Amino acid sequence: MGFFDKLKAGLEKTRKSFTEKIEQLVIGYATIDDEFLDDLEAVLLSADVGVATTSKLMAEIRKGIKDKLINSPDDLKPFLQEKISAMLVGQSPAEAASHNPPTVILVVGVNGVGKTTTIGKLASYYCENGKKVLLAAGDTFRAAAIDQIEIWGQRTGTEVIKHAEGSDPAAVAFDAVQAAKARKADMVIIDTAGRLHTKSNLMEELKKINRVIAKEIADAPHETLLVLDATTGQNAINQAKLFGDAVKLSGVVLTKLDGTAKGGVVIAINNELGLPVKWVGVGEGVNDLRPFVAADFAAALFADK
Amino acid sequence: MVFESLADKLQQTFKKLRGRGKLSESDVADALKEVRMALLEADVNFKVVKDLIAKIKERAIGQEVLESLTPAQHVIKIVNEELTNLMGGTQSRIAIASRPPTVIMLVGLQGAGKTTTAGKLAHLLKRQGKRPLMVAADIYRPAAIKQLEVLGQQLEIPVFTMGQENPVNIAKKAVDQALMMARDIVIIDTAGRLHINEELMNELKSIKQTVKPHEILLVVDAMTGQDAVNVAESFNNDLGIDGIILTKLDGDARGGAALSIKAVTGQPIKFAGIGEKLDALEPFHPDRMASRILGMGDVLSLIEKA
Ligand SMILES: Nc1nc2c(ncn2[C@@H]2O[C@H](COP(=O)(O)OP(=O)(O)OP(=O)(O)O)[C@@H](O)[C@H]2O)c(=O)[nH]1
Ligand SMILES: Nc1nc2c(ncn2[C@@H]2O[C@H](COP(=O)(O)OP(=O)(O)OP(=O)(O)O)[C@@H](O)[C@H]2O)c(=O)[nH]1
Ligand SMILES: [Mg+2]
Ligand SMILES: [Mg+2]
Repeated sequence: MGFFDKLKAGLEKTRKSFTEKIEQLVIGYATIDDEFLDDLEAVLLSADVGVATTSKLMAEIRKGIKDKLINSPDDLKPFLQEKISAMLVGQSPAEAASHNPPTVILVVGVNGVGKTTTIGKLASYYCENGKKVLLAAGDTFRAAAIDQIEIWGQRTGTEVIKHAEGSDPAAVAFDAVQAAKARKADMVIIDTAGRLHTKSNLMEELKKINRVIAKEIADAPHETLLVLDATTGQNAINQAKLFGDAVKLSGVVLTKLDGTAKGGVVIAINNELGLPVKWVGVGEGVNDLRPFVAADFAAALFADK
Repeated sequence: MVFESLADKLQQTFKKLRGRGKLSESDVADALKEVRMALLEADVNFKVVKDLIAKIKERAIGQEVLESLTPAQHVIKIVNEELTNLMGGTQSRIAIASRPPTVIMLVGLQGAGKTTTAGKLAHLLKRQGKRPLMVAADIYRPAAIKQLEVLGQQLEIPVFTMGQENPVNIAKKAVDQALMMARDIVIIDTAGRLHINEELMNELKSIKQTVKPHEILLVVDAMTGQDAVNVAESFNNDLGIDGIILTKLDGDARGGAALSIKAVTGQPIKFAGIGEKLDALEPFHPDRMASRILGMGDVLSLIEKA
């Protein structure tokens, strides 16, 4: 399967519910009337696109109708696809690399979104691309979090730097960066404990981890990924805002897109915060991570059966 | 707070109209648009919102509100009452079997908080004088068994494990074991799964058929968006659930998913998770949740006086 097909397959559920509903709408209405527009609004809202972004898209559609760019329900799908693509463009490429290895990647997010699993997948991806990768067991809080990342280390053949449960995560990060330098690793990927963005003490902890890394390598972390669960609703926007206040985020990983959740938050987050999505998770396996390509995402969302 | 309080918004909407004498039906309709926005921003499912607004409208377009000096308060009061009703009105408890052990099974999507909640629930029941046994039936997630074992050690509550054995066998043997050890509560932690994964949903059905749990509780992350109803409907149709545990309410998620799930399954929300620590589980309060969904906090106490 090529990249596009894989992404399409991963988004099958998304595409089905979203596109098919729009298609049903198009078939169900001969002309565009208020009821049609109401139903269309409901489709967008049900995809977690959110009130603000939906209003913006609906305004564009109304303008499109007025400007005679949309003359029948049939014109709607390509119009909307184009507008959504436009909201998602301007993405930077998936991979970050430091001029001077090691490249440091810090992975953050609220509880249970898929940080540790994503790190396992990233380790596999970079190893397959011939990189020497180190992992840091920076979640010293949750029960068996260290065991979990160690299993991912075994699966991917990568070394895991760890301390005891309950120890200072900044110290783990420090050791991992040092080890990466000493062993001439290309990448070091640092796990962190899940934390709600509203807990200021935990956000301070994150800042400290960040500071310690920056002290070791001036321009590090080279990548700080915020992991978001595609099932999350409007709260994802607050998560992105407040994590972004604490540490400089470079991109988003959107996980669990293999469910029926539609990932509409992606559009909202791009639109409201300008934060690029870099990867999508489409399963629990080691290979279930895909680079996010905006045009492909929009196309897969609207692709024909 | 990111969102301006709904009460404030309604107040402003009505204040603008004050000079014009009595309120009309369309004035109320305008105000309900604000309510609709607040509900959608709180992740209440859009279909549930539609029904709810229709119901509220019917009540709000009565004489009482239109001629009231404080129409905003009246509208909010109605909205709040309808939301509270929808969420189950009063608090629901878990059923304790007349013949022990009571078997409780926790199910849900990946990362919702099942394993942590198993520990919290065991802790809560132990404090009520029960003798729980926790069961590690997640054979898929890396270190899931170890996770539950660590929680068991912290709580001094036994954990039944059989490695990567078939989860149906694990559950069956665990209940036998509970009888032998005179444990009166069995809490089964299952692997996270997507509601569309037929194979894994069948596994849950087999566990259900084999151990006949008294309570199947769906664990749901309070941050879940519009998809919550699809998830809840699937779990309820495939398995039949007896209640819901809402987790991660210690954040700023408004938790509209809770309302939606209650509305589509008819099953009550029994507990709320409010932190990562093992004592952070509370009985669920529908009325508090209603004002949270509306984003109003303390405003309600003011309205009570209106
Ligand atoms: N279906 C699916 N499940 C996923 C995906 N990514 C992660 N998961 C699952 O989600 C659950 C939580 O993943 P973790 O990697 O432990 O999440 P985390 O963010 O590290 O969690 P905490 O460290 O507890 O905050 C696990 O059961 C994973 O297998 C995905 O893309 N699709
Ligand atoms: N803040 C907060 N975190 C919670 C709460 N409940 C669970 N968590 C956290 O959420 C994350 C996932 O919890 P788990 O118990 O591992 O979730 P799970 O449903 O068993 O996950 P899988 O087995 O991978 O499907 C962990 O980091 C928990 O500490 C809660 O009420 N509040
Ligand atoms: Mg983790
Ligand atoms: Mg678990």
